Amino acid sequence: MDAIDKAIVNRLQQGFPICVSPYQRVAEELCLPEAELLSRLQAMLADGVLSRFGPMYHAEQMGGALTLAVLKVPDERFDEVTEIVNAFPEVAHNYARNHLLNMWFVLATEKPEQVQSVIAEIERQTGLPVYNMPKISEYYVGLQLEA
Amino acid sequence: MPIDEIDRQIIQATQAGLPLVSEPYQAVAEQLGLSAQAVMLHIAEMQQTGVIRRIAAVPNHYKLGYCYNGMTVWDVEDSHVDELGQKVAKLPFVSHCYQRPRHLPDWPYNLFAMVHGKTEADAEQQVAIIAELLGAQARSHEVLYSTKILKKTGLRIGG
Repeated sequence: MDAIDKAIVNRLQQGFPICVSPYQRVAEELCLPEAELLSRLQAMLADGVLSRFGPMYHAEQMGGALTLAVLKVPDERFDEVTEIVNAFPEVAHNYARNHLLNMWFVLATEKPEQVQSVIAEIERQTGLPVYNMPKISEYYVGLQLEA
Repeated sequence: MPIDEIDRQIIQATQAGLPLVSEPYQAVAEQLGLSAQAVMLHIAEMQQTGVIRRIAAVPNHYKLGYCYNGMTVWDVEDSHVDELGQKVAKLPFVSHCYQRPRHLPDWPYNLFAMVHGKTEADAEQQVAIIAELLGAQARSHEVLYSTKILKKTGLRIGG
């Protein structure tokens, strides 16, 4: 990954124009030929340096809901509880973290009222209280790479 | 803001990403039997109403060499959380910054900021920079690292 790739990643985290030839417009900003921007973008997506490029949809705004939910799982029950939680299709990501609150998962539901019912069901099946941590405010999403 | 049938088709056609061709909105339009103008109008409207947060690249931090991805969490006064969150969010190494609810007594933290270091020392230094920025306004903080990915699937909407 060279300085041009980094400039592309930094620029494309900031948003993208809605016009007939948007890559051309961004390429001009970066002083690159459009074909080079496209081929570098293609290569970074193929390598997995970028996991995605396109519109980022907001589950809440599409009528659904998204929340971060947390469990404090006793060590000896960790595998069993992982299996229960992961079996829910509404659980999109689930991470173990080094804390007393050791299981952190994202719940995505098609309707907002389903969040509470999925949480209640996880509590019933695991016998553990779920700490619901929906975001209240979002200040920034993106990461600037140093040159 | 409810989405209409055309929005839904556009969402499904672009969930995996925007086409990497010179005229990407035209390419989506052809796929759906719409005009490029209609696709651009719907996308612009969805962006305005917040259905689309923005059209952007999502980097894979691990692939970029950032292996120490820490979730830093801070306990700050609720009345200052917006101001402090905006300050922390401006730091170049912070990728996500949110206010979330506390759960006392186990969880006193209301400000979350993800940091990304290439080494453990980098990540620790980033935490120190945030701590310095917040100063006495942060009553306490912790840094949580993920030790294992237990599940990872994309967010998808149905048809």
